[in-house]
Amino acid sequence: MTKKNDSTFKSRFMSWLSGENSPLDDELESIVSGEEEAGLDMLSFERAELEEEKLELRRDKLLLDEVAESRRMHLWAKTKGAKWLNVFYRTTAFILCAAIIFFLLSTVVALPPFGAEDNPYNNEVSQRYIEQGIPETGAVNFVAGMILDYRAFDTFGESTVLFVASCGVIFLLKLGDHAPGKPSKAMLEAEYDDRHHEPKNDGILQFAAKFLTPVILLFGIYIVLNGHISPGGGFSGGAVMGAGLILYLTAFGFEKTRRFFTYKMTRWISVLPLLCYAGMKSYSFFTGANHIPGGVPLGTPGAILSSGFILPLNICVGLIVMCTMYTFYALFRKGGM
Amino acid sequence: MNAFMMIVLVFLVVCAVATSLSKNLLVSVVIFMAYSVLMSIVWMMLESPDLAITEAAVGAGVTSILFFITLKKIHAIRGDEEEDRHDKEE
Repeated sequence: MTKKNDSTFKSRFMSWLSGENSPLDDELESIVSGEEEAGLDMLSFERAELEEEKLELRRDKLLLDEVAESRRMHLWAKTKGAKWLNVFYRTTAFILCAAIIFFLLSTVVALPPFGAEDNPYNNEVSQRYIEQGIPETGAVNFVAGMILDYRAFDTFGESTVLFVASCGVIFLLKLGDHAPGKPSKAMLEAEYDDRHHEPKNDGILQFAAKFLTPVILLFGIYIVLNGHISPGGGFSGGAVMGAGLILYLTAFGFEKTRRFFTYKMTRWISVLPLLCYAGMKSYSFFTGANHIPGGVPLGTPGAILSSGFILPLNICVGLIVMCTMYTFYALFRKGGM
Repeated sequence: MNAFMMIVLVFLVVCAVATSLSKNLLVSVVIFMAYSVLMSIVWMMLESPDLAITEAAVGAGVTSILFFITLKKIHAIRGDEEEDRHDKEE
């Protein structure tokens, strides 16, 4: 055999000249044979399998790359990105705060001085209210005369908003139907949750509530009934009464409150005053628009029974507000009453 | 503007900032109650007692109670879990 492993150019050339062996033979043959093997010896499905394996390898590699990339991104987000976001967030918050403070303060600076005579709000409207308010509405408290007589339609809208709000809360949070003696599963769960709020025979709270609740309710009723004489009115008095009821409920629980304030009663108290309000105001709008004397005596200004419709309207608004407050609390707490 | 008004206004700003900066939500709500009470004093001094009554009743009373209920419902007030554990042990 010739020295195949001779690597010097001269020896390979000499052997090629002598015709012993071609240095390219091995390579050529191997290439050809390889092609033949791939082409002829393999069946098509085997080739497909091979291709698939290659594809899978490539896919695995891509997947690995992707995982590495996402890991890198996560790391970036956790370290550098978080820092960037923090900086961005803080800067934006600071700029926004500064801008809002600047605009609000510049508005305050541009306001007319407090209590000055020639302020724009000292116009003919407030003059009319002050000069003609008592003879026209009979209410010593201008505010009550304004919101329940001159602008009663606004107040009607506000009461309707409160009524709709309590309706929405009932729709959203009320649980189950009232099959007598058979509470639903959700109701039982709510009852279990409510255990946190139930009084655990808290002596201090119950003792305080026993004295405070009548006083608060009385004060609320006073505010409502004196709405046309002294500061206050339906909304504030109703809120005070609602707070008193909530205090009683917090101290003694639903068992005792249900004796005098049930769900059915709440519904009636919410709906009836609104209808009464609508009826009364429709009457006075109708008579006022057609210049018919309404026939409602205004009475002596300053007396309890005076100022026409304002006293009953105050009572209506107070009842609606009280029910709304109580409904909110009861439904937030337990989803029922 | 007298000195009392100044003091009340300064406390108002302090309460407003403290409400947003306190970490504990319960503390936040309590400071918000204090803010409402101060605000009702301010209304009183601005000669609008109607608003003062409403602010005291709604802002300090009913709104805070609704906040407390909500915090309790979402278990944001600490001590709930301990109470639960205690109840279970019993």
